[in-house]
Parts: sequence; C-alpha cells; structure tokens
Amino acid sequence: MSVLVNKDTRLVVQGITGSAGSFHTTQCMEYGTNVVAGVTPGKGGQKFQDTVPVFDTVQDAVDKEGANVAAIYVPPPFAADSILEAVDAEIPLVIAITEGIPVRDMAEVKARLATSNTRLIGPNCPGIITPGECKIGIMPGYIHKPGKVGIVSRSGTLTYEAVWQITSAGHGQSTCIGIGGDPINGTSHLEAVQLFHEDPDTEAIILIGEIGGTAEEEAAAFIKENVDKPCAAFIAGRTAPPGRRMGHAGAIVSGGKGTAEAKMEALLDAGISVAETPSHIAEALFKVWKP
Amino acid sequence: MSEYSFFTVMNIHEYQAKELFADAGVAVPNGTVAQNEQEFDQALSALPEGESIVVKAQIHAGGRGKGTFTNGFKGGVHVVPDAAVAKEKAQSMLGNVLVTNQTGEEGKEVGTVYFTEACDIEKEYYLAVLMDRATSMPVIIASTEGGVDIEEVAESSPEKILKVLVDPALGLRAYQVRQIAFGLGLSGDSFKQCVKLIIKLYTFFWTKDCSQVEVNPLVTTPSGDVLALDAKVNFDANALFRHPDVVELRDLSEEDPKEVEASKFDLNYIALDGNVACMVNGAGLAMATMDIIKHYGGSPANFLDVGGGANEEQVENAFRILVSDDTVKAILVNIFGGIMKCDVIATGIVNAARKLDMKVPLVVRLEGTNVAEGKQILADSGLALEPADTLAEAAEKIVKLAAKA
Repeated sequence: MSVLVNKDTRLVVQGITGSAGSFHTTQCMEYGTNVVAGVTPGKGGQKFQDTVPVFDTVQDAVDKEGANVAAIYVPPPFAADSILEAVDAEIPLVIAITEGIPVRDMAEVKARLATSNTRLIGPNCPGIITPGECKIGIMPGYIHKPGKVGIVSRSGTLTYEAVWQITSAGHGQSTCIGIGGDPINGTSHLEAVQLFHEDPDTEAIILIGEIGGTAEEEAAAFIKENVDKPCAAFIAGRTAPPGRRMGHAGAIVSGGKGTAEAKMEALLDAGISVAETPSHIAEALFKVWKP
Repeated sequence: MSEYSFFTVMNIHEYQAKELFADAGVAVPNGTVAQNEQEFDQALSALPEGESIVVKAQIHAGGRGKGTFTNGFKGGVHVVPDAAVAKEKAQSMLGNVLVTNQTGEEGKEVGTVYFTEACDIEKEYYLAVLMDRATSMPVIIASTEGGVDIEEVAESSPEKILKVLVDPALGLRAYQVRQIAFGLGLSGDSFKQCVKLIIKLYTFFWTKDCSQVEVNPLVTTPSGDVLALDAKVNFDANALFRHPDVVELRDLSEEDPKEVEASKFDLNYIALDGNVACMVNGAGLAMATMDIIKHYGGSPANFLDVGGGANEEQVENAFRILVSDDTVKAILVNIFGGIMKCDVIATGIVNAARKLDMKVPLVVRLEGTNVAEGKQILADSGLALEPADTLAEAAEKIVKLAAKA
C-alpha cells in the first residue's frame, strides 16, 4: 500500500559517516528501514553501527548488497556528484536530502537524468516515507500512521502539519513524498500525483504547494483530466511580497507569475478541495473524502 | 553553513558587473568610479577629455534614470558634455538617497558614482541569460526592443522576444548564437561582434554560477560596434563557495541590517510591514504561518525560518532580532518539532524571554517530538506567555493580543 518505497527497499546511504548522515540513518534504522549499505569514499571496509557495511563507491553497494534506493546526505559542494554516481550505478530511485546545491549543478544533473532510468526526489527535501515500512529522510517517524492518504509537498514541516492532522483524526498515509523547495528538482508535483493516481492503495491525495513556478498548476491540470480520487490542497505564500524569495530558492513571485491566487484558482478549477489555512488541510480533505 | 547560506541570490552593482564583463571579454564602455568627493577628479581624468560622460548612481535597484533623490535632485543617470558638469551631478548624488520605482519609499543611499564614456547609439537591443525553471535549462532571451521594460514587451508583442534554450550537457552551440544575432537583424561586423559577445556573456553566466545576467540595453553604434551599455548581474548564493572573488563584491549596506544580522546566526529572516512577528521552523511552514496570521485579520511583521536544527542560541538571537523592531506588537512562535525537540525549544524560549526582558505578548504553539515536556517547561516558567494547541488557535490568539497592544 504505497509508492516508490516499502519493506522491500534496500537502502544505500551516501554520506553515511557524516554528522547528518549518521544521525538520520540511525533514526531510519530504528524506524525499521532496511539500510543495506553506506558509502563514504575512503572509508570502505568500515561498519556503520557495527552492522551496515560502508563502501567506497555506490557501484560496490549495488554489486555486493543489492542496494536499490539511494539516500544522499552529502554536503552541497559534492552532492551533485553523489547523485550522478548513483545514476551511473543505475539505482532506480535516488533521494537527495541535501539543502543548498548550486542551481548549475542541478541543471547538469537534470540533463543526465533525462538519459537514465533513475528517478530523483529532492534535493532540499525531507525525504519519503511509507509509514510502518520504510522511512528515508529527516521526518519524525512517529507522527505517521499506515493508511490511505498520499501526500506530496515541497515543504518539510508544513508536510508534518498535514500528516499530523490526518493521523490525529485517526487515519493514515500510504506514502508521503517531499519533493523539495528548490527551483530545479527531480520529481514534480505532477509526477508524484501520477504515482498516487496509479497506486491502488492510495484512496485520497493531498498536494501541498507554495508560491513560485507552475508545478502546482500542472498537477491540477492532470488531476482535472485524469484523477477520480478525492484531492485536497494547500498553497503557502499568499502574503509573501513579490520579488522576495521566501526561504526556499524556488518560492518567489516574479513578473506576476507563480502567485498563490493563480495556483488556488487552478486547483479549485480542477475540483480540488483547497484549504484556507494550514490548520485546515485535513478538514479540506474530509470534505471530499469519506473514509 | 556559511554566512551566505540563507540568502538565495547575491546582487552586485552595475560598475562591478561591467568590470567582470570586461574581464570576461564582453565589450562595455570604459568607466571609472568614485566613492567620495576627493576621488572625483582622479576618476574623471581617466576618461577622454572633452567627450560626453554618463554619470550613474550605483544602487541595487532599477529605475534609476527616472528616480528622484530625497534632496530634490532628479535622475540617477545623467549624460553630460564634460567633466566639470559630471562632477556637479556626482556631488548631488553621492551620499544622498535615491528613490526609484524599485527601492520602496525609503529609497537607497548612493555610496558610489560611476562615470562612463558616452557612446553614440544606433539602435538598442535586449539580451539576458537566466535559468529557465520549466525546462531546468539556461535560456538566452533577446529582443530588438531594448532600453524598455522587457516584461511589457513580452506582454504586448511576444513575437519580438527570442528565446534559445541551452542544453547543459551540450553547451551553447554556434548555430544557436547565430539564431539570436540574425534574429536581432544584425549583419556584417555588428553580427560578428554580437556573436562574440553572446558567447562570452553565456560563458560568464555559466562559469560564474549566475542566476541572471541582463544587458538592457545592448547597443550598436553608428560605426557598427556592439556594446553592453547596462549590466545587471546576480549570483546563485548556493554556489558562492566556489567564487571567493564574487563574495568580495557583496555590499552589505544594500541589505536590510536585520536580515544581515539574522544571516550571521543562520536564521532566514525577511522584514515585512505588519506588527505580528513570527518565529517558525521550516520555510513552507513559515510562509503558511504568515498566511494564517493574515487570515485571522492580523498583519505579519516578518518571515523567519529558524531551520531544522535550531539550538537555544539561535532561538535567543531570533527573539533579539524580532524585538529590536519597534513596530512588533506581538510574537507568535510556531514549531513543529522533528529533529528539533520541543523541550529544547521551550527552554530556549524561556531563557530568551527572561534575558531579553520581553514585554510584547507571546503565543507559543509547539507540536511534535517531546511536546509534553516542552509544554510543561513553558507552564512552569511563570512567564506570561499563552500556549496554543493548534496553529489556528495560536493565530487567533496572537491577532487579538496584537490588536489590544
């Protein structure tokens, strides 16, 4: 009952011995994620937590441990290189948590992804979780609960807010995908919605967006044409002044484009239940979904 | 984390951009700068004697030509016949505040005046390179309509806008450059010069990790030369670690002092007009918190993201920055603890409130890891702060308190 990751996921963590990598990998292992390998160039042969083998290259992790998903906690100057290494090792799913990767590096990564079979999630994202089965990233595991709601979002804590509202109401999530706040990212809102649309175990979808770009409008157009599952949405940034980037490099209204109003209008036009405030995301979903 | 990790784009002055252009082989008119009156004579003596001069106020904002100084002097850009008049104009600009349609009412103080050779203009064009979000590729934009607002051209006559996408895997190809130069209607020597300029400009954009490079206008002269008459350049802040030379061009006096102060502590802060301050973890939730304050009838005083792993010191510094703003009537703290544990945040809040002797009403909404312990710490503190369980409740409370204050 999920998309992209589940109990069969075999995770390799790139940057496993760094401070962020080791802290979050430990948390993920405690949650039950099947971490089969780590990669830190030069530290091949070591063991992480006395159990997880560390390799010098991603290819080694694939060859020796059958890793099929990679998580990246590598610092920004080297993160794009790490993504490319995972792509070259033909890992089908790469999740880049790292915040602050240069845009030029991501443009190069995007060009490489186009000629590969790898899906990238992120960068600058909280990661992905299929509650009860697999948590990859920095989200607090305990706020989630296995269930039927698929959630896609550009933002970390705003996603936790929505997850917690669903969980507090006694329901759960199929998978939550954090696609990240950068202007160039691997997986779009639209692609995440497509995954939930095709997943038989996802009954309802929550889309959380923010100002900037047109990704939310594209997802809305797809939903309007194709999706029968009940959908709710929230767009952050109605009060953000034009021309200022609101924290996320992608969150900017410029030249009258990317406004919250335009996005909400597109979502409403697609028949999506749009929450007026971040406190009413679950309520907006329950208006259209009767579990 | 570095001092510039939180601002996403770094701006530089026109004169700095032109110096970088010249180094990169992009043709610009000769120019010199002065940062105090004693430097005027020397700066002007470097330009050809008896020729016309352009005097330009240097601020990080557009619309300078049509701007007005608060001392009544009109125009941040003047074309003058000689050095004596140039000096007069420069005196009226330097140290004074220029208000343009992009600076806001408060305007910006001019710390540098830029003198350049005036050149005869045959025709004005528009040329820019930026990152196209929809395709994740750099795009070169050009138009025969230069020297005017390009957004308006795009709106009224989109057929006059040329766009060429550059595949990062292939780089800029010769035929693409020809497409632009022919598209601008150039021929002969002007065509050749334009081709060279576009290649140099694109290389500069790519190798220096620019977010945007804009030349408006690009001009041809009666003798067929092609020159960048203006230059607007900004850089991807995430890439500054590989461009120490660019970091040195940062002009802190152009930035909001509170935002500069916040960036020292890895706090992502943006000042706004309202009176309800907020402190939040996460950019999306911070934006959403501003929105909900507005939804319940209040007006947010700022955007403040303390990040995912804020510690006690950061919380204290965040409060110090918030209360340093006299217009702030109330503060809303909204933390969804994940990595950040609620008890740690609560301790930070209590210590900061005591240390800073905070007088403004405070509403605290905590949720997430160790929330019960966090709430207990707040309750036991004896401080006059209001707890809230949901964000909606917190926003309603803070708006009422701000209205009373």
